[in-house]
Amino acid sequence: MGIRRGHRAHPGEWLAEKFIFLVSLTAILMVFLIFAFVTREALPLITGEVSSAAVQPVIPVADMDKIPAEKLRIYLELTPSQFATMDHDTKKLLMETKVEGAQDAPDNKDAKINTIEWRYLLFPYQWSGYDKPVYIWQPVSEIKKYNIIPIVIGSIKTTLIALFFAVPLALGAAIYVSQLASPKLKEYIKPAIEMLSGIPSVVAGFFALIFMATVLQKVFGYESRLNAFVAGIALGFAIIPVVFSIAEDALTSVPRNFTQAALALGASRWQAAWQVVLPAALPGVFAAIVLGFGRAIGETMIVLMASGNASIMSGNIFDSARTITATIAAELAEAVFGGDHYRILFLIGALLFLVTFLTNMAGELVMHRLKGKLEGKK
Amino acid sequence: MAEITLPKISPTELRPLAAGAGAPLIQISDLSLYYGTSKALKNISLSLGEKVVTAFIGPSGCGKSTLLRCLNRMNDLIDNVRIEGSVTIGGHDINGDNVDVIELRKRVGMVFQKSNPFPKSIYENVAYGLRLHGVKDKSEMDGVVEQSLRGAALWDEVKDRLHSSALGLSGGQQQRLCIARAIAIRPEIILMDEPASALDPIATTRIEELILELKKEFTIVIVTHNMQQAARISDYTAFFYIGELIEFDTTTKIFTNPAKRQTEDYVTGRFG
Amino acid sequence: MNPVNTIDFRTKKFRAGSFFFTGLTGLATVLILAILATILTDVVYNGWGTLSWHFVSTIPKKDFFDSKTTGVLPMIIGTASRVFVMTLFVLPIGVITAIYLTEYAPNTSIITRIIRAAVNNLAGVPSIVFGLFGLGFFVNFVGKNLDVLFHHPTAVWGQPAIIWASLTLAVMTMPVVIVATEEALKAVPQGLREASLALGGTKLQTIIKIVLPQALPGILTGGILAVSRAAGEVAPILFTGVAYYMASLPQHLTDQFMDLGYHVFVLSTQSPNIQQTEPILYATVLVLLILTFALNLVAIFIRSNMRRKMRSLH
Repeated sequence: MGIRRGHRAHPGEWLAEKFIFLVSLTAILMVFLIFAFVTREALPLITGEVSSAAVQPVIPVADMDKIPAEKLRIYLELTPSQFATMDHDTKKLLMETKVEGAQDAPDNKDAKINTIEWRYLLFPYQWSGYDKPVYIWQPVSEIKKYNIIPIVIGSIKTTLIALFFAVPLALGAAIYVSQLASPKLKEYIKPAIEMLSGIPSVVAGFFALIFMATVLQKVFGYESRLNAFVAGIALGFAIIPVVFSIAEDALTSVPRNFTQAALALGASRWQAAWQVVLPAALPGVFAAIVLGFGRAIGETMIVLMASGNASIMSGNIFDSARTITATIAAELAEAVFGGDHYRILFLIGALLFLVTFLTNMAGELVMHRLKGKLEGKK
Repeated sequence: MAEITLPKISPTELRPLAAGAGAPLIQISDLSLYYGTSKALKNISLSLGEKVVTAFIGPSGCGKSTLLRCLNRMNDLIDNVRIEGSVTIGGHDINGDNVDVIELRKRVGMVFQKSNPFPKSIYENVAYGLRLHGVKDKSEMDGVVEQSLRGAALWDEVKDRLHSSALGLSGGQQQRLCIARAIAIRPEIILMDEPASALDPIATTRIEELILELKKEFTIVIVTHNMQQAARISDYTAFFYIGELIEFDTTTKIFTNPAKRQTEDYVTGRFG
Repeated sequence: MNPVNTIDFRTKKFRAGSFFFTGLTGLATVLILAILATILTDVVYNGWGTLSWHFVSTIPKKDFFDSKTTGVLPMIIGTASRVFVMTLFVLPIGVITAIYLTEYAPNTSIITRIIRAAVNNLAGVPSIVFGLFGLGFFVNFVGKNLDVLFHHPTAVWGQPAIIWASLTLAVMTMPVVIVATEEALKAVPQGLREASLALGGTKLQTIIKIVLPQALPGILTGGILAVSRAAGEVAPILFTGVAYYMASLPQHLTDQFMDLGYHVFVLSTQSPNIQQTEPILYATVLVLLILTFALNLVAIFIRSNMRRKMRSLH
């Protein structure tokens, strides 16, 4: 029997290897699909197929059977299940009401505005009844206003509060656990902090809503019980474990012999940690904060439950706030399937995806470089 | 400071110790060390003289490094270590209740097996210990950094790039930088844990020459697994085997006329 | 040159800076643990009294805010089934991906790096975006097209359902399984693989017969962590399958379901009288926490055991 080389010896092995390889591509496929299908639902906005103007061109009742069913459904502002269960006559009735409605359309200079155009999404506009240009997110009203700036600010506000609260705590604990605590103590503390990440965000939201909001209001004496501050603190609970474990990982990956060298020179443990280990691990600490930011800005249930959800433009941290995530969660179920509101929610979802995608890439890259550097110079 | 001219030494030359040199500075009495329940050092008693080089030799796992780390209490960093007996330096017990380990380590410096410069500049590496000691004056700092680098025979090689990363140096240079860093704070005693084991022969020779030079000012205790090295640079040698001190004498005696059979077997290369 | 240093080390010096900052970091650690303790104590203290066999075994009437008659059986079953179905998808895909990454992938190849980047990114995608994705892809694309394929007159697949919620969660928890499995595979000593290969075993045989059994505890940990993570998630299922109320238990993969986490949300935000419903709210949270934490504790236990074993091997 000669020695056979290559895959011909084991065709099964070759097949298995190819299969394993193909399955491992799922992760890439999924990231691609997420991007593709979230933007797909938002696409008609960008191509201008959808209009959110309060006054829509009226379709004559006679044309009812000529237009595609899907277009008709969106025209009538019905959900697919409503549309499916509704009989022809009811639809016809709706068509007639539409025509009548168009006759006494609002006598409003804003009624013809397609409010999903970029300038209305991003820049202030003086709507009738307002004495100055304003940023407003108000998708359920006669004139649908979709300016995303208030909810972007809401997201940034809660996220920053969360970071200000969580980062010092998480970094302090990471330094303590990785550098100062005895190994025995470390064995108990680390899993306990990891347990914090096991608390579902809906529970953190519940805790903020039922328990913390009341306590904090008593302490700080602010007006609205639910606000950006409460949501930010609760959001902090969710990102503490993230920031902690990445920073701890970075600090631990600094070789032990740096610490030993410092101690042998007569440094205290704190001095060794602060002057030698922390500077070496600094990029990792930065990555921890960036990834914490990504996690905080994408968190949904906590802000949905604890922020008060009023989309107001305010710099005050004790004012109620509405975030991008909470907006999607609260409004998508009520938005007409395929309508402008529905699509705009997908659009801000895609925006969110993009932001977290970029922060993730940046964080991972920094962490990867750091480890390579620390391991390379052994 | 004058340029150091390093003595040429031949590898086989054994250096007899002048009688009476080196009053005992370090006194180890009946020292035992336990890792959990296993006894790693067994009732060791030893006195080490001032301004001499003492070598600890023995096969791997004999406890020579562990004993060395007892002298500046680096073993404190390991869990489950228990020590019995005493170590005194300058007449003071270093394991006493109220001992300040940080001050102790300023008096007992250490150079490690693997060179471990900080990921900072060459200058900052040497200056680090001085900063710990509260030196703030820039010109004083510059002076000591230069002296220390000269003392470690590294000055000429790095004087033009003091502020570039220490990690760009070669292995031998890094180890000499670690020595410069250690002597910058002028410790009375320098512990060296196989300082040349990771280096090539040329770099090793430079380190050995340096040790002979440093002996004029510092008391040096060196752990080595290289017997020629012990013979070349040390005045006294202690031979350890499985946690026990087998024999301690002048290096000449250990290498030419050991009292114990085990020592002879080891230094002649019959085991180890 | 200065004389050598003969500092007297006999008395301990007090170093205010080191003491202060060590204390500060210690305090941060204690504060984090206090947060955890407060949440757990609050939930257990307020929830324990209401928790009863009746509570976990009852299917509630439409008005589930009535603290006397309500129960969480359909929510427990809904959460359990969506998590179970998810496991069927995520475990094989996650484990196979991890096998590829540790056993087959050339470390430096561009495709390996892309896979790793994708896994890392997947871990960072906001849960609400997974919800949008589940709706946009599984429900509206896959489901709708299945309906067309099978000529269903009304939507059967093309609507929110257990299967779509589970698949969405499977995508979300993939990184958890992959990372844990990879860690477990890397912990298997290289010598074992070489021994098997040297005996003439093929690579696949080595992986199946030697490596995987060794790595099983770690793979289990990954599975458990994924389950516990998914069990508490609400945002991804909001649009992909959860129902506010259902009179009967879900029978089919295409049914909608009630869910513990979502029920917590509903009870906390939609209650007509929060004072009255607070006891059942706390009890529901307690049930959810018991489920996720029990799983987490098991995972932490297996993992720390594994790490200890790994340390002793090196």
